[in-house]
This record gives sequence, C-alpha cells and structure tokens, in this order.
Amino acid sequence: MTPGADTHFTRPLLRTPFHERQMRVSQVDSFVPWSGYTTVDVFTSVEQEYFAIRNSSSLYDVSPMVKYRIRGPDALRYLNRLCTRDIRKLRPGRVAYTVWCDDAGMLIDDGTVFCLGESDYRLCTGEWQLDWLRASAIGFDVVIRDETADLAALAVQGPTAAHLLKGAGIAGIERLKPFEHGEFRLTAPAGGSAPLMVSRTGFTGDLGYELWMSPGDATTVWDALMGFGTSRALRPIGSRALNMARIEAGFILPRVDFTSAAHSLFPGTERSPLELGLAWLVDFGKGHFTGRRALLAEQARGPRRQLVGLDIEGTKPAYQALLYTDRTGRRECGSVTSATWSPTCKRNLALAMVAAPYIAEGSIVWAEIYLNRELQWQRRMVRARVVPRPFFAPERRRATPPADF
Amino acid sequence: MSSRYDCVVVGAGHNGLVCATLLARAGRRVLVLEAAPQVGGAAVTREFAPGFRVSAGAHLLPAMSAPLGRELALHRHGLELAAASVPTVALAQDGQCLPLDDDAALAARSPADVAALAAWRALQRRFAQALHPLLTGIPPRLGTQDRADRARLLTLGWKLRRLGRDDLRELLRVGGMCVHDLLEERFELPLLKGALALDAVLGTNLGPRSPGTVASLLYRAAVAPGAGGAMLPAGGLGSFAQALARAARAAGAQLRTAAPVARVQVREDRVTGVVLEGGEEIEAPTVISNADPRTTFLRLLGAEHLDAGFVRRVSQIRSRGMTAKLHLAVDGVPPFSELPPQALRGRLLFAPDSDYIERAYNHSKYRECSEQPVLEITVPSASDPTLAPAGKSVLSIVVQYAPHEVQGGWQGQRQAFTQRILATLERCAPGLSPRVQAAQLLVPQDLEREFGNQGGHWHHAELALDQFMMMRPVPGAAQYRAPVDGLYLCGAGSHPGGGLTGLPGRGCALAVLRRSAEP
Repeated sequence: MTPGADTHFTRPLLRTPFHERQMRVSQVDSFVPWSGYTTVDVFTSVEQEYFAIRNSSSLYDVSPMVKYRIRGPDALRYLNRLCTRDIRKLRPGRVAYTVWCDDAGMLIDDGTVFCLGESDYRLCTGEWQLDWLRASAIGFDVVIRDETADLAALAVQGPTAAHLLKGAGIAGIERLKPFEHGEFRLTAPAGGSAPLMVSRTGFTGDLGYELWMSPGDATTVWDALMGFGTSRALRPIGSRALNMARIEAGFILPRVDFTSAAHSLFPGTERSPLELGLAWLVDFGKGHFTGRRALLAEQARGPRRQLVGLDIEGTKPAYQALLYTDRTGRRECGSVTSATWSPTCKRNLALAMVAAPYIAEGSIVWAEIYLNRELQWQRRMVRARVVPRPFFAPERRRATPPADF
Repeated sequence: MSSRYDCVVVGAGHNGLVCATLLARAGRRVLVLEAAPQVGGAAVTREFAPGFRVSAGAHLLPAMSAPLGRELALHRHGLELAAASVPTVALAQDGQCLPLDDDAALAARSPADVAALAAWRALQRRFAQALHPLLTGIPPRLGTQDRADRARLLTLGWKLRRLGRDDLRELLRVGGMCVHDLLEERFELPLLKGALALDAVLGTNLGPRSPGTVASLLYRAAVAPGAGGAMLPAGGLGSFAQALARAARAAGAQLRTAAPVARVQVREDRVTGVVLEGGEEIEAPTVISNADPRTTFLRLLGAEHLDAGFVRRVSQIRSRGMTAKLHLAVDGVPPFSELPPQALRGRLLFAPDSDYIERAYNHSKYRECSEQPVLEITVPSASDPTLAPAGKSVLSIVVQYAPHEVQGGWQGQRQAFTQRILATLERCAPGLSPRVQAAQLLVPQDLEREFGNQGGHWHHAELALDQFMMMRPVPGAAQYRAPVDGLYLCGAGSHPGGGLTGLPGRGCALAVLRRSAEP
C-alpha cells in the first residue's frame, strides 16, 4: 500500500467529484456522512441557503445518491414487480417517483425511476439497495449495475433555476417538463463544455432540475454554474437548508420519517406506504408486486396510524415532540418525525405519525415542546391541527416554460 | 381446446395420486396431468437390460401410515406384495453379516447391544407415536390469530406433553443431535451403529455427524409408527403406482400421461388453470403441484406472481441430491458368500461403521464422489423372479454419496464411480463383477432429468430441522397453500416430507377441502 493513499480505513468517507470545489466555498466546514460520502451540512448559514432555494436558486451536490442501472429483457417486468407504481406507464424520457416494499408491505425505500429507453432504466435512491434488488431479480432476466460512482449529480433548485441554467450555457432547458429528462450540452460562455443528462426533478417542491454528468466533467459544470450564477444569487446549499424545503414540500426521508423495513430491528417499527400517506403511489390494479397481498389486507383492515401534516401554534419547531390527545398529556397519540419553522409559509410545520382516530384533516392533537431559553428549559403543551400536505406547492414548479428572470 | 375441472393435479407421483384420489372421493372433478409416459414419478418399474426389470427410483415400499392405508385400501386395487416385511441385514467389511432382527446373532457379538437395541426401539416407538399426529395434519402457522393455527399448536404441545417427563426430556435432548453421538451413547457394535446411522442419512445430504440426523431417523419411524418393515410389491414399485392410479380412477379422477404442464395460469392473483407444453389450456380454480417447490414456484408459476422475499426463500431451499442408484443385471445368484440364502431377500446395508459413512460423506462436501460409497442393496429378483430371466438376478442398489454437481462434471466419472461401487461390492460378494452382464448408474442429475425434481433430491427439500413442519418447504407455503389463491403443493417438499408415505398428498387434500369450507 502506498503511504498516504486514500483507503477506507485512512479515510472512511468517500469524496464526491464536487468536494474540492465545495471546500473552497464552505465557510463553516460542516460536513455530514451520506451513503458513505462526506457531504455539506451547511456552507454559510442555514437561513441564507434556505432563501436561495425559495427566492433565487440553490446548488446542491446529490452525487451520493445511489444509482442502479437496470437493463435486460425483463427490466420492465422486474421493476413493475419491485415497485408499487405501474412502471409500464413510464415512457422513455420520463421519471417516476415510487416506493418499494417487502413481503409484509412495509416500505424499504423510495426513489425515482428513469426510463432511459426500452428495457433500460435507472433507479435513484438515497440508500444502498443491492441486496434487495438482487433478491428481487431471482427469476428475471435483468442485469443490475451500481452506477453511483460513475455519475456526478447536482441539483439546481429555485425560481430562477431555468434562467440560470440557460445563462450558464445549457440551451433548450426551458422545454423540459416536470418529471422529464433529456440529453443536453453545457457550453459555458466563459469556455468549457460537457454533455449532461438533465431531469426536471428535485427534493424542494420548487422549480428545479437535476444535472447528471460524468465525474470528469463535474468541475467544469460547477465552475460554469458558479461563474454565471454567483452574481445572480446562486448559492451552494447544504442538507440542513434542503431539509427545511423538503418538509415544506411534504417529502419524507428514510431514518427520519420512516425506518426502512430492511433496517428495522424491532418488530412494529416498519411503516407501510399507506401509513406514510403514499397510497397514491400504490397501484393495486397493475398486477402483482412485492407486498401487494399484505397491503390489500391492510387496506381492508383500515389504517392504524398515518403520517400527517401538522400546523402547530407558536413559532418553536416541535422537534421529535410526543403528541397527546389533550392538553393534560395523559394519553399519547403519536409523535413528530420532522419539524421546521417555515419562513415562506410563516407557519410552524411538522410531519407526524399519528394514531388512526386523529388522522382526519382538522383533527386537533397536542404537542409537547421543550424550549431552551438561555439554558432554562421549559415545557409547553401546544395545540396542533392536522392539515393537508404539501404545505408549500407554488405553481412555478410546474410551469413550462418556466419564468425567465 | 379448453376443458374445466375443479382440481388439476400437476404430476402423477404417488403424492399426486393420493391427493387426487381423496379429492375425487370428496366429490371434486379431478384431472391428473403427468409429463412422463407412465404414472408414479419415482415409483416406477423399468427394463434396464433385456429381460431385467427394476424399480428405477425408490426400490422399497415403506409401511403406510395406518389411516392412509385404510383410506386407500390398495390391495383392493390390485397391489400384491412379493415380500411383506423385508428384513435388514448389516454387511461387514469382511463379508460377515448381522441380521438386525436376529437377537441371537447380535448377542453372539455384543450381548449389551441386544438390550440397548430393544430399549432404543421401544423409545423410538413412543417418540414415533407422539410425533405421528404432527406429521399427518396441516402444520400450524406461527404468530397468527387464527383459531385453527392455535388449536394445532396446542395439539402439538399436548402430544409432546403426554410423553411424560423423562421421554420428553430425552426427545428434546436428542431431537437436534447428530445420530453419531446418539449411537455412541447407546451401542457398542460398530456394525450395528453403522446400520442405524445409515437409516438416518439415507436419501439426504447429511452425514452421521450432521446435526438433525436423529430427527431424520425419528421422521422415518414416525410416518408409520408401529408398522412393520419395508415391503416389496410384486412387479416392483411400478405396481404400487399402478394400484394408486386404479384407486384414483375408481374414485372418479381422470389421469393423463405424456401431458407436461408448461405453466400455471394466474388472473388477478388467482389461479385459473394450467397450460400444457403443446398449448392446450385446462381451466381449474384449484391447481395442485406434485412438483418440487422450486419448480412449482419459479418455473410453473413464475417469480412475478410472488413477493421477492418469498422467492428468495424458495431459491434457498436446500435440495442438492446426494443419492445415486445402480442397477445390475447379474448371471446367477449374487455371491454374497457369508449370507444365508434367504437373507438375499433382505435389505443389505453396507455401512460397516458410522465413521465409514462419515468418510464417504466427506467427499461430497467438496463436490466429489465417495471413494468408498455406502450401499443399500436389494436383490428384488430373489423375492420376485419375474424381474429377471431364469437363472439371473437383478440388484438394485442405493448409493451414497454422489453429489448433484460433481467437480469436473459427471460425464467422465460415471464409469469410474460404477467401478468404485463394484469394488466395494466385491468385499462382501467376491466374484460378483465378472458376473455383471449390464449395469445402469443413475446419478442425481439423471433422477432430476427423469423425475423433474430440481437438484435430484429424494425429498425435494432436504429433510432437516430448518426445513421441517411450519418451515417446510418455506414459511408462507408450509400449509400446502401457496401465496397465490388456488395453488397448492402436494409433493415431498411439503409437510411432512419425502419417502413413499403419501402424507403430503393427504395433507394437501385436507387443506384443499378445508379451504373450500371457508367463506
């Protein structure tokens, strides 16, 4: 072994192709692990980064996103049996958000399926899945390849995203519709060129794109975007600002809003898509898929609990708060999984797993919130109302062509 | 062309025929489809050399569980026995022999073992009687709120409890043990231990030191407790299959041979029938598969109709066959020099001691054939002269261990393995080899090709504690019902397991009838 070489024990976390560029921009050197990579938690301040998402544009490194290429004569049948949605409806050039379950109908993970061509798909997801994907491949003629390290990826999200990409040298981007992807070429005004796949997808609930490129082109693309964008309030963001935006958009996160059935150790901690409010992703009419029989039985039985949106009194986010049926706090009825103050909605928002009697819109539950006022802890019982999700869904996220600023 | 039945049974193995008979008697319109030109599956008699006929698969018929024997009454359907109770004789390295039922012969070698053998047989009988009811019903599912499941679990507990403290303690102690350790505790004579150990591992991918081999020994005893030894039907095991077929037809079932099923049809998560390889469709709301679980789920049904976790479990069923079959056409009487002439009608075991078996098993772990194989020899022509021309004999020999996948492939090794078996035989029957006029070796791959059981395993799924009761063949299909409504399993891979017991076929028929009684 070469002394000083990068190995898994000298440097347990991998670096993305944008790492070096991000190090230059980072002011607080705050990094967190994600799927074996080190990624930025916050560059400057969470608030500044959050407002870039909602008021101008943000740049987020999604290279650690786990990507599986699924090819072969049975690729479509395979994916249709794996996922709860009807993948037969997914045409080349389109992307679908979906979930997949174990035999008991419990969620293993969520992700997006890209249809790249006939019998050629890419599955993008937050965590490693190869064991389950391979188990699911028994009896199907498919080849599954992990492409995670072969593709660098950047999310450009915010109301000015289309304008910015165009200005940075990606012609024709305004024609891309939501959940479409296509091949583009970046020709930067200041020089530099790279082929890209761009999809109109994202995790912010706003207008936004994800750029997929060869790792060798990563710095060219980063430099082109930052070169054009910095003066137009484009800002690299970390995962904390993104988390605020995704809660506003009502998106769920594994290990936060649900425990993957592949990871859960204690029986009863798994969650089904019906419990997570993702019934719209479950197509019972498309033929068999893993977990279908269990989900049908669950549907017939009715829900025991469900993930709901909460609008909570006051301004203090209800991080990990327990929920009660009344102010006395004698009977628990659920708990908060994600919480944030939403600067855009000006509301105190949360996603919470709530017992069946309290899942209807308008139901009232009480959140137990702990306040730290200069090291003085106080307990508050705060009223929370079940409200529809997403909390924030601006029309601009769907507009084609998008507004050109 | 399309035709309609209540039940289609895929495969006319003995379990398929038992299941078809019981369902037809319950008033169902039943069609049995068999891929081979004859019924019986591995219970088949065939000419392997001009004038020489042999039971090509199983070569002995174990006593049937009493209720099933009564239900089928095969003697009324033409089953005649050439031998009603075949005695077991253990052969030693030097050709000496020990008839296991002859106390005087045993006492001459080891007086202590006479009492030990009687005590073990009595204990085994008590175990067998306690375990038998567990093998005949539908095994309970674990962790359900279902009343029938709870009742079955309670019955299981109650039967075991009734053994009494000492026997229950002994059952729990030895139940998961290896047979080698059990025999070391109880017996002196290596030849006796070898013979008993062989019964525990015959037809399995296990050696005497493999855990769970006591359970496999008890399984053999418990499928038909209190019954006598093995039987030899006149005309070979094919006659047994013919009698079953007549019983099925008499009950009203229809049988079609040379009708291989290509796949099971499913619509909206429900079985609707089968399609034959020629394209013919046969409609039936209930399809019962006598095929092994892997073939049933992955080939006939298809993984896309099943959950991925279930398919993974099915693909992990241990089912690698280790047992070969050698048929010999011999001029005159085989020269077992030390054997009294009537002993030739017996079941001759060549497993001189437990270590000999374990050494033979060692090879198989590394995908090699045994250097010195273990043999279960029968001379069916000694009891049934119609099987060979006058003045000639047929030997039917079960041989272990011969792995399903052997290093270098079977192609170049058949001759060498046959020679090894003959060399082993020469020790107790000197001068046999020159008298061999024809030899046919069937290795697990041949059995797989001929009988369609993937892996070529006698029991379709290894007979082991982790694939037993509510785990057989896998959780989710252990009550004969498949996850797809209308599909059932009735083969050796289902509860309680393989051997010519008919119990999986009977249990499956119970499950089908119980399902139709449900709302």
